Amino acid sequence: MEIIKTEKLVFEYIRRDEEGNVEGITRAVDEVDLDVEQGDFIAILGHNGSGKSTLAKHINAILYPTEGTVWVDGMDTSQEKNLWDVRQSAGMVFQNPDNQIIGQVVEEDVGFGPENMGVPTAEIWERVEESLKAVGMYEYRKHSPNKLSGGQKQRVSIAGVIAMHPKCIVLDEPTAMLDPNGRKEVVRAVRALNVAEGITVVLITHYMEEIIHADKVFVMDQGKIAMQGTPREIFSNVERLQELRLDVPQVTLLAHELQKHGLNIPDGILTTEELVGHLGRVFGKDK
Amino acid sequence: MLRDITLGQYYQAESVIHKLDPRVKLIATITFIVSLFIVQNIVGYMIAAVFLACVIKLSGVPFRFMVKGMRAIVFLLLLTVVFNLFLTPGEALISIWKLTITKEGLRTAVFMAVRLTFLIIGSSVMTLTTTPNNLTDGMEKLMGPLKILKVPVHEVAMMMSIALRFIPVLLEETDKIMKAQIARGADFESGNLVKKAKSLVPLLVPLFISAFRRANDLAMAMEARCYRGGDNRTKMKPLQYKKRDGIAYLTLVCYLAVCIGANMLVHLPF
Repeated sequence: MEIIKTEKLVFEYIRRDEEGNVEGITRAVDEVDLDVEQGDFIAILGHNGSGKSTLAKHINAILYPTEGTVWVDGMDTSQEKNLWDVRQSAGMVFQNPDNQIIGQVVEEDVGFGPENMGVPTAEIWERVEESLKAVGMYEYRKHSPNKLSGGQKQRVSIAGVIAMHPKCIVLDEPTAMLDPNGRKEVVRAVRALNVAEGITVVLITHYMEEIIHADKVFVMDQGKIAMQGTPREIFSNVERLQELRLDVPQVTLLAHELQKHGLNIPDGILTTEELVGHLGRVFGKDK
Repeated sequence: MLRDITLGQYYQAESVIHKLDPRVKLIATITFIVSLFIVQNIVGYMIAAVFLACVIKLSGVPFRFMVKGMRAIVFLLLLTVVFNLFLTPGEALISIWKLTITKEGLRTAVFMAVRLTFLIIGSSVMTLTTTPNNLTDGMEKLMGPLKILKVPVHEVAMMMSIALRFIPVLLEETDKIMKAQIARGADFESGNLVKKAKSLVPLLVPLFISAFRRANDLAMAMEARCYRGGDNRTKMKPLQYKKRDGIAYLTLVCYLAVCIGANMLVHLPF
């Protein structure tokens, strides 16, 4: 069964001038059809302003569709009565690590979601413990969030979402404000959740390296889905990606250039090891 | 530089007083302040002093931390003493030029000074032994009954705790903006008061913009995590009275009784 499904989803931002007259309408999301299966790792790529964050906010019912429908776990997000169930089923992690931590102590912040849901005290503690362990932040449970690094803060935010026992988490550029080490930490934690706990992950990003483990990738441009497929299929089409103003990982780009210059290398190389393997084969034959 | 400011004045220790329920500490502080205004003679003040000394001893907080709080009110204290000393009518003790010190004036001045000192030290004990977070929780619980009168108790407590969470974040931000503006030639140091105040504009405007942006983000993050006000909310760390809290309340009642008793029974000249 699909955990997230959108049908002809349209969202329009209406810009108004000072008197409240409509100045213009921007279509941020334009007729998007999306199907996400339970347990999948989905990546949504796109440059700034491509509508990927707007799309993400629909999954958590922070924004409602202008046209079309979004279903999360079979619930229509535009129905008022589904609101809290939708938000509990699809947790959301935002970009800025500082602006989403509410508690003054790590464990209190992780407990915030379950508290809001009315979970009994004893169970809150169990949930906090297991979620902090799942992201590897258990030893920091008594720390103040202000003393943590960006990557650690994002892992706390992820734990805060897991503690609500969602079926799916949507991460809206969780690594955009982090350094490379923090990025790796967060991506590793997210993957572990997907593999070990079977939580559906929707990762929104503009870093290509983060999507190589995804089951399916959607590339957005001007509110529309421009490309979709497995990471390998996506990366096979380097020219199209560059057209969409996305940075192709260096290995993929190198492989692509080598291939263009006549080397026998397949499309869509994702890792350095893969390229080394192919190069070995190519030059091994030549000798 | 601005990061070093510590918030509140919580002093970390593992004492009985630290472990007490914040509600007990809040009520005790209020009771103590009330008792200071009930007692009218020297015996009463001695009882209050002994009580305060015992609590300080139990709290394990060094005495110098208590006195720190006094610095802020030294001026107020002096003013009170001087006014009471010279302006209370009554039996004259000493007259210098136009100023007369009366017996009643001396008495009120001394009592007033003692009262204020005890008041500050008493409330310092509370803030030194309770984390701001705990204090907010205690207040929320104590004011719970006001909900019937439509007072947004939970919301106020939530605002306080969010403010506490974001003060260090905003201080860091202020520091960053200040450095960025200094790098572009802003001058926060020189000039008179008016000029200095004006120079704060390039600091405050970006700070406010950023604070609003943060508030917006935070509100969204809270909603995404199913926050919908205080109704049907459970607590991860609910406040629960323990045996020691009962003992503390009992002690408090005894103290108050002794104070009132001392006031009624003893008739001393001072």
